[in-house]
Amino acid sequence: MAAGNPLVEVRDLVKHFPIKKGLILSRQVGAVRAVDGISFDIVEGETLGLVGESGCGKSTTARLLTRLLDPTSGTISFEGRDIAFMSHEELKPLRRDMQMIFQDPYSSLNPRKTVGSIIAEPFVIHAVAPDPKERKRRVQELMEQVGLNPEHFNRLPHEFSGGQRQRIGVARAIALKPKLIVADEPVSALDVSIQAQILNLLRTLQRDLGLTIVFIAHDLSVVRHMCDRIAVMYLGRIAELASADELYGHPRHPYTGALLSAVPVPDPRLAKMKVRQVLGGDVPSPTNPPQACRFHTRCPKAVAGTCDVDDPELAAKAGGNLAACHFPLSDTEIAARVPTAAP
Amino acid sequence: MAPLLQVTDLRVHFHTDDGIVKAVDGISYSVDAGQTLGIVGESGSGKSVSSMTVMGLTRAKNAQISGSIVFDGKELLTATEDELRRVRGGPVSMIFQDPLSSLHPMYKIGKQLVEAVRTHQDVSKARALDRAVEMLGLVGLPEPRRRVDSYPHEFSGGMRQRVMIAMALCNDPKLLIADEPTTALDVTVQAQILDLLERLKRELDTAIVLITHDLGVVAEVTDDIAVMYAGRIVEKAPKGAIFAAPEHPYTWGLLRSIPRLDSPRDEELVPIPGRPPSLINPPSGCSFHPRCPYVREAHTRVDPALEPVPGAREHAVACLLTGETRQALWAELASGADPEAAKAAATPAAAAGPGRLEEEGS
Ligand SMILES: Nc1ncnc2c1ncn2[C@@H]1O[C@H](COP(=O)(O)OP(=O)(O)OP(=O)(O)O)[C@@H](O)[C@H]1O
Ligand SMILES: Nc1ncnc2c1ncn2[C@@H]1O[C@H](COP(=O)(O)OP(=O)(O)O)[C@@H](O)[C@H]1O
Ligand code: SF4
Ligand SMILES: [Mg+2]
Ligand SMILES: [Mg+2]
Repeated sequence: MAAGNPLVEVRDLVKHFPIKKGLILSRQVGAVRAVDGISFDIVEGETLGLVGESGCGKSTTARLLTRLLDPTSGTISFEGRDIAFMSHEELKPLRRDMQMIFQDPYSSLNPRKTVGSIIAEPFVIHAVAPDPKERKRRVQELMEQVGLNPEHFNRLPHEFSGGQRQRIGVARAIALKPKLIVADEPVSALDVSIQAQILNLLRTLQRDLGLTIVFIAHDLSVVRHMCDRIAVMYLGRIAELASADELYGHPRHPYTGALLSAVPVPDPRLAKMKVRQVLGGDVPSPTNPPQACRFHTRCPKAVAGTCDVDDPELAAKAGGNLAACHFPLSDTEIAARVPTAAP
Repeated sequence: MAPLLQVTDLRVHFHTDDGIVKAVDGISYSVDAGQTLGIVGESGSGKSVSSMTVMGLTRAKNAQISGSIVFDGKELLTATEDELRRVRGGPVSMIFQDPLSSLHPMYKIGKQLVEAVRTHQDVSKARALDRAVEMLGLVGLPEPRRRVDSYPHEFSGGMRQRVMIAMALCNDPKLLIADEPTTALDVTVQAQILDLLERLKRELDTAIVLITHDLGVVAEVTDDIAVMYAGRIVEKAPKGAIFAAPEHPYTWGLLRSIPRLDSPRDEELVPIPGRPPSLINPPSGCSFHPRCPYVREAHTRVDPALEPVPGAREHAVACLLTGETRQALWAELASGADPEAAKAAATPAAAAGPGRLEEEGS
C-alpha cells in the first residue's frame, strides 16, 4: 500500500462498543461503531497521521493498535505477527515495542511518584537495567534527551509545567527504544507557545532514533507539519489516505476538501480570497451511520442513487491519493475551495 | 463620535493566599459598532478576566478593580448590580468557552431562551418562544420548532454552542463578547460559527470582542487585534499590520511557532523558549524579557509602555527596542531566519556578543 517496509499492517479492523439496556438481564440493543472496517499500513520510519472530527474513531484506532482495547474483528499484523487477538500473556514481550503518548499530561502521570520513577516504569515492567545505579543513569540520560533537567529526578509531576509534563510522557515512551509510538493528541492540551517545543522534540527524536510514529491530532496544520502520510477518518472509516503533499496539495475526498477549507489561515490576504465551504449539520451518530458512503448526508457533491446506494471503496484517484468517493474533487473545485492547496 | 465600548487603564487584581494575582494590569482598548476586536494570547494572560469584568462578572471580595469601562456612554465599572443586570444579556452579551456552564441542564432550551428574552423585553411567552425559534433557526439549528423541547445534554457540543449563541443574540445586543467560542469545537463546526459571527457584524452592525488563542481565527474574522501577555496588551493594530508588519517579539514568536497550511511543509517551527510568567511575581522590567531572544540589559529594569509605532497611526507596541531595530529584525525573521541569525544580521555589532544585544540608546 505504501513504499517501504510495513511495520504494521491493519486489515478490516472493526471495533463496536455494545450498547446495553436493563440492569439485571442486560441485553445488547445496539452498538457504537467506533471503528468500522479500516485497512492501512504503517511504514517503518514514517509518521502516519490520523485526523478527523471528534468521535470519528482516532483514539479507538490508537488503542486497538497498541492493544489497549480488544478488537471486534480484523487483523493487526505487527512485524508479520497478527496481534489482534493475542492474549495478554503473549502480548507482554511485544508491549515494549509499542508505546503510547497521551493528550493530557496532567492525568496521565501518577501524581505521587517522582519523575525519575515514572520514567523508570518501563524498565521495571520489562526487567531492563535492574541495577539501580545503571537505571538512574539511563533515566537521567532520557531526561536530558527530552530537554528536562536531569537533576529534577526526584521532583513530583505537579512541580512541572504542562510542556515539561509532556516531555516526561515522551521520555517514558522512548525509554525502551520502541519500534512504534502512538501519540494521541500530544500537543492539544498545551499552550500555543509551548506546542512547538514538543513538536520539534518529537521530530528530532524520530530522526535520531528512527522511530515509527502514529500521530493523532485534530489540528490539520500540525498534522501536515508532522506527518509523511495521513489518513482522514470519518465515522469509523478512512475517507482518504495520501502522502502529506498529495493530501494538502490536492485533497480528493469532498470531506477532506471541506476540512481543509474550514481551517482558518493566519494570513488575512489568503483568508480574504477563500470561500469558506461550510458543511451543513452535524456528524451523524456512529450508532446508526448513514448507508453506503457515510458522508453522503453532508456531502456537497453527493449524487442520489449512487452515493446513498453504493459504498465507495478506498481506491486510487488522480494524483495518487486513495479516496473512498464516487465523485472525487477536480483540480478546479480544489482551487476554489482550498486556497492553500496547489493541485 | 465616541466608541461603543471604551476600556481605559483597566486593572483587575485578585488577593489570594499566594499573593496578589495581577490578572489584568492596565489595559485600554475601544470597539465601535460593526467592528470586531480580536484579543489573542496564551492561557492565563488575562483575556477572560478582562472581558468578564466588562460584564461585572469578576466582582468579588478579593477582587480589586480599577480604571474605566464606558459602554454606550455609561460607566459600567461603578454601575450597581441592578444596572448591570439590565445590561447583561441585553445590550451586552457574552458567549463562554464552555456552553454547558451557561446552559441549565434541567430546563428545556426553549424555556431558557424564553426566560432570556423576557428578562429584557416585555413580551408574552408565546412571542418570546417565536423569537427563540427564530434565533435557533438563525444560528443554523435544524428543526428549531421541535428542538426547543430538548434538554442541553441531547445536543452535540457544536449544537450547544449554537444554542448559547442564539441566547446571546436574542435581545439584539449591541456588543457581543465571545470568549474562545470555537476552541472546543471541530474545524467544520468552527467554520459554521465564524460564518455566523461575520453575518452578525455585517447585517446587524453588532460590535464583537473575540477572544481566542488561535491566530487563524483572528485573521479570518477580526478588524483589529490586541495581543495580550501577562495581563497587559503588548501590541495592538489593525489585523493586516499584525500579520504583515508585527512589532513585538512575542507576536513574532507566536507567528513563527505555529505550523500553517500556507508555509513550506518542512519549515522549522521556532518555539518561544521558557514558559508563561507568574502573575503574582511578574518579571521586572518588560514582562516578556525572560523569554525574549532580543533582550538587552535595560529591559530587565525598564517597563515599556504601549506606544504608537512611528509612522503607523493605529499601531501600538510595548517594546524597548527602537522601531528601526524591530523592523530590521522582523525583516530577517519573515524571510526565514531564526532569532539568533536575525539578531546577527539586523544588528551586526551585536553578533560578536554573547547572545545579548548591545545597549540601545541608554
Ligand atoms: N468505551 C467506549 N464505550 C462506548 N463507546 C465508546 C467507547 N470509547 C469510544 N466510544 C465511542 O466511539 C466513537 C469513537 O471514539 P474515539 O474516542 O475513538 O474518537 P476520537 O476520534 O478519538 O475523538 P476525539 O477527537 O474527540 O478524541 C465515539 O462515538 C465514542 O463516543
Ligand atoms: N477569581 C480569581 N482569583 C484569583 N485568580 C484568578 C481569578 N480568576 C482568574 N485568575 C487568574 O488570572 C489570570 C488570568 O486568567 P484568565 O483571564 O482566565 O486568562 P485567559 O482567559 O487569558 O486564559 C490567571 O492567572 C488566573 O489563574
Ligand atoms: S461518494 Fe458521493 S457522497 Fe461520498 S464523498 Fe463522494 S461524492 Fe460525496
Ligand atoms: Mg480522541
Ligand atoms: Mg480564558
